[in-house]
Amino acid sequence: MPSPLETLLGERDWLMADGATGTILFNMGLQSGDAPEFWNETAPDKVRALYRGSVEAGSDLFLTNTFGGNASRLKLHDAGHRAGELSRMGAEIGREIADASGRKVIVAGSMGPTGEIMAPMGPLSHESAVEIFHQQAEGLKEGGADVLWVETISAPEELKAAAEAARLAEMPWCVTMSFDTAGRTMMGTTSAEMSRLVARLPHPPLAYGANCGTGASDLIRTVTGFTGELPVIAKGNAGIPKYHDGHIHYDGTPELMGRYAVMARDAGATIIGGCCGTTPDHLRVMRAALESTPRGPVPGLDDVVEALGGFSSDSDGTDGRGPTRERRSRRRARE
Amino acid sequence: MSDEDDEIVLSELNDDELVQQMFDDLYDGLREEIEEGVNILLERGWEPYDILTKALVGGMTIVGNDFRDGILFVPEVLLAANAMKGGMAILKPLLVETGAPRVGKMVIGTVKGDIHDIGKNLVSMMMEGAGFEVVDLGINNAADAYLEALEREDADILGMSALLTTTMPYMKVVIDALKEKGIRDDYTVLVGGAPLNEEFGRAIGADAYCRDAAVAVETAKSFMARKHNRMAAG
Repeated sequence: MPSPLETLLGERDWLMADGATGTILFNMGLQSGDAPEFWNETAPDKVRALYRGSVEAGSDLFLTNTFGGNASRLKLHDAGHRAGELSRMGAEIGREIADASGRKVIVAGSMGPTGEIMAPMGPLSHESAVEIFHQQAEGLKEGGADVLWVETISAPEELKAAAEAARLAEMPWCVTMSFDTAGRTMMGTTSAEMSRLVARLPHPPLAYGANCGTGASDLIRTVTGFTGELPVIAKGNAGIPKYHDGHIHYDGTPELMGRYAVMARDAGATIIGGCCGTTPDHLRVMRAALESTPRGPVPGLDDVVEALGGFSSDSDGTDGRGPTRERRSRRRARE
Repeated sequence: MSDEDDEIVLSELNDDELVQQMFDDLYDGLREEIEEGVNILLERGWEPYDILTKALVGGMTIVGNDFRDGILFVPEVLLAANAMKGGMAILKPLLVETGAPRVGKMVIGTVKGDIHDIGKNLVSMMMEGAGFEVVDLGINNAADAYLEALEREDADILGMSALLTTTMPYMKVVIDALKEKGIRDDYTVLVGGAPLNEEFGRAIGADAYCRDAAVAVETAKSFMARKHNRMAAG
């Protein structure tokens, strides 16, 4: 039987995802430094309000408040052993809100990165990473998530570990990477490389794409760089964070995010939402724009700059125009 | 794979060629080759401080520039830093022995609540690569931890990192604590992390926002130069 997200993807030619989680919880009084996942237990009404905000603004899919709900992250709050449990609670509240919405809304169990660098560069082994992700995946599944949503990933190795965890949990999954460094992920992965990577996985995701990163323009450029057949996800930030009176405010207006949403669809994205700074006010405008604007041609990079602003780097590493260094090394032929 | 490439014998190179080869080997993250190069230069009577600044820091500067320019990414920088560390492990005791001049000392850590230490680790490595001493407080630091370490270590620079919009405001808490104690101007405060920007750095009263590890090194160097000038003038 196809999973609910597969069914919905079959019925519709675009879906709207949700916006920010951290930004909104912060506005609700989450203190700097506290783990948001604790609220799944101690302040469930605030988590309900977070989810409801997206659903009422027209999201077809929302992410659970479980981004940091893995053992590696929670251990810093002395709650590493509670990863499965807190993830389950986040998904249960999501299930409740989705079921009460009166329409088909997908509960996507958010799984953020471990925060560790994986072997051989860093200390985290593939096996440990799989175990960390699998534990969280089981909690999300138990809580009633429709799909696992692995997000803000930088390292291909970590993506592979999450894929294996999804397979072990026998769950459909989606994955997005954050392309925040000269159009690539922090670890140097380009959009085209991610396309090749996900296509080769033994348990491929239902959809994949980009989230967070550095602004709407870069995100659209990344989307145009994806290749292959799988549905593409676009979840970009609402502008750039600015600091006002002890709070962080993203400078992207709802109108900008409306233009971004339409452009993301024209660029080939099927699941379109926001990330940091994207509030229900943004989502409403995005939804209306997606519904009222006919599909256009795939935007050129000039169109993106004109509509959304400039890119953070000249090249995103997919066009052969990126900077290179002439090497004179005599050892290099060994590689 | 050509035979010629495996036939580089570091000890047969003259000093200039060897330093050039060490630049390359750092770029490629070859730790054993760097250790060998350092030992050869020591045998040839080089001062430890010269090996540090001319061979290692010189090589890491290239790595840093290419990281800044989007030619190298985190994995390559980690490998290069690891190679550098191999060389530093040999030089460190000798630098102390010979009373080599101090480039500068930095206390660094991610702020309270923030456990994302990848960026902070990169800055640590690149700063060490540039010859700075780095005291790494790890993750999740309260204001007191920074203040105590700055004093204990007689540091020049405070580096704070945050990856989350939920944790970045805490940087201001730390800076305010420094102000309250009247010691804000004793230190150069550098901040960094994915969601930050220059405007944020200014708004919270930091000396500078550093976009990446390479920029952090350049900024630290320029502030240290100004500090030395001031001390010379004063």
